[in-house]
Amino acid sequence: MPEGESLFAFESVSVGPPEARRLHELDARLPPGGLTVVAGPSGSGKSTLLRLCNRLEVPSEGTVRHRGEDVALRDPLKLRREVAMVFQRPVTFAGTVLDNLREADRDCDELRGAELLERVGLAATFLARDANELSGGEAQRACLARALATNPHVMLMDEPTSALDAQATDVLERLAKQLVRDGTPVVWVSHSEEQMRRLADCVLLLAAGRVDREGSAQEVLGDG
Amino acid sequence: MDSAGDIGFIGLAASLVLVVVAFAISLRLRLRLERDLVVSVGRGLVQLLIVGAALAIIIDPDTPLVWSWVWVVGIVVFAAATVKRRAPAVPGLFWIGLAANGVTAIVGFAVAFGLGIFPVRGTTLVPVAGMLIGNSMKSAIVVAERLVEALSEQRAEVEARLALGQPWVVASRPILRGVMRTALSPQIENTKALGIVFLPGAMTGLILAGVDPLDAVLVQLALMYLILGGVATTTAVTALGAVRRLFTSDHRLVALPRSQRDTG
Repeated sequence: MPEGESLFAFESVSVGPPEARRLHELDARLPPGGLTVVAGPSGSGKSTLLRLCNRLEVPSEGTVRHRGEDVALRDPLKLRREVAMVFQRPVTFAGTVLDNLREADRDCDELRGAELLERVGLAATFLARDANELSGGEAQRACLARALATNPHVMLMDEPTSALDAQATDVLERLAKQLVRDGTPVVWVSHSEEQMRRLADCVLLLAAGRVDREGSAQEVLGDG
Repeated sequence: MDSAGDIGFIGLAASLVLVVVAFAISLRLRLRLERDLVVSVGRGLVQLLIVGAALAIIIDPDTPLVWSWVWVVGIVVFAAATVKRRAPAVPGLFWIGLAANGVTAIVGFAVAFGLGIFPVRGTTLVPVAGMLIGNSMKSAIVVAERLVEALSEQRAEVEARLALGQPWVVASRPILRGVMRTALSPQIENTKALGIVFLPGAMTGLILAGVDPLDAVLVQLALMYLILGGVATTTAVTALGAVRRLFTSDHRLVALPRSQRDTG
């Protein structure tokens, strides 16, 4: 794959001090589109890898590229608006759901807010709801809407369903697939093989901070 | 002299009865604070006696005023070192503490002496500096400790804000506000409760020393307002200086210990 076409490329990337590396000279490329699942056991470096993509972390050694460009040379604030992130546990801010959307887009009015909520399957009536009173699934969808408010080109999702029940998980998975269909590539961290099978176009398997296997879902997971 | 200003060493020894009570309570309830009690009482006694002897020389009318200023500078430096020791997770906190307490001293002195509230003498300079910087130091410690704690506890919220492309100044603002309120509230509450719940130190000292209560009240009020202003200044300088050091230039929150609270 030509370097310029990778969504993210990791070139000899290490993270953490030499005695406690979280990633070890990792080389990997994520495809430009579709839904890539980054998987691996606990402590394998999945979340660290994801956080390198929007510069919430920086490598101790090596280079991370986004569509060929070294992310270290990008304006981090601009990069983070292009490369949005949804976290493991929904983090809502004090105030209404509309207030939360305005944290991402100061000019977000009710009409735009309703559009964003519609994209995540929430009714416009949620705009006036206290964000801290939402259920786990609703809160995570509100967080996804908030992340979408920056008009990102990529969505990073760090085990976004780990705190959700089966029904809410199903909703969020469908939303991620819809994002991909709408042209926004998704990088989804998961530790569940079943979820990987349901979601992944491509898989990057990590083990102890190194790449274990990578490729299309079929190549990596087989027919299992 | 019929004032309470010269209790003498016998009076001091008598007041130790209450320390014996505290010792007995600790022993009876197995609090294991006996050693700490003895050390703190002994250390406080020695420190204050040394300070008293030094002060007697420094504030003597025949001693040049410059020695009082040297003493004040010493207080500011010691305060900065104490702030640094209490919140080691904040890089460069000594200098922030020095700036915060230094600015507070400059502003406080400009008002206290520049506007003629107190005459510029060793007997006013040193005690006013002690009260001003003592209170400011406490608020600087609260701000620095609480800021590290709050950013550590609420790391998820801060990073969620950073991930939306907010600069660190914006991402840390809700936490900074909460921390500054926490640091300022006790001083505001103290000012509210003045005279009702407690008689503050300077006023109590002056009355015990035989000064007319109304004169003592006026001195105390002037000091309380100075302290309030000083605490607000120190809190702002420390909070803004410390929060800047807890984020990188590329808007990442630095690694923080889980909790900084020092219960010791």
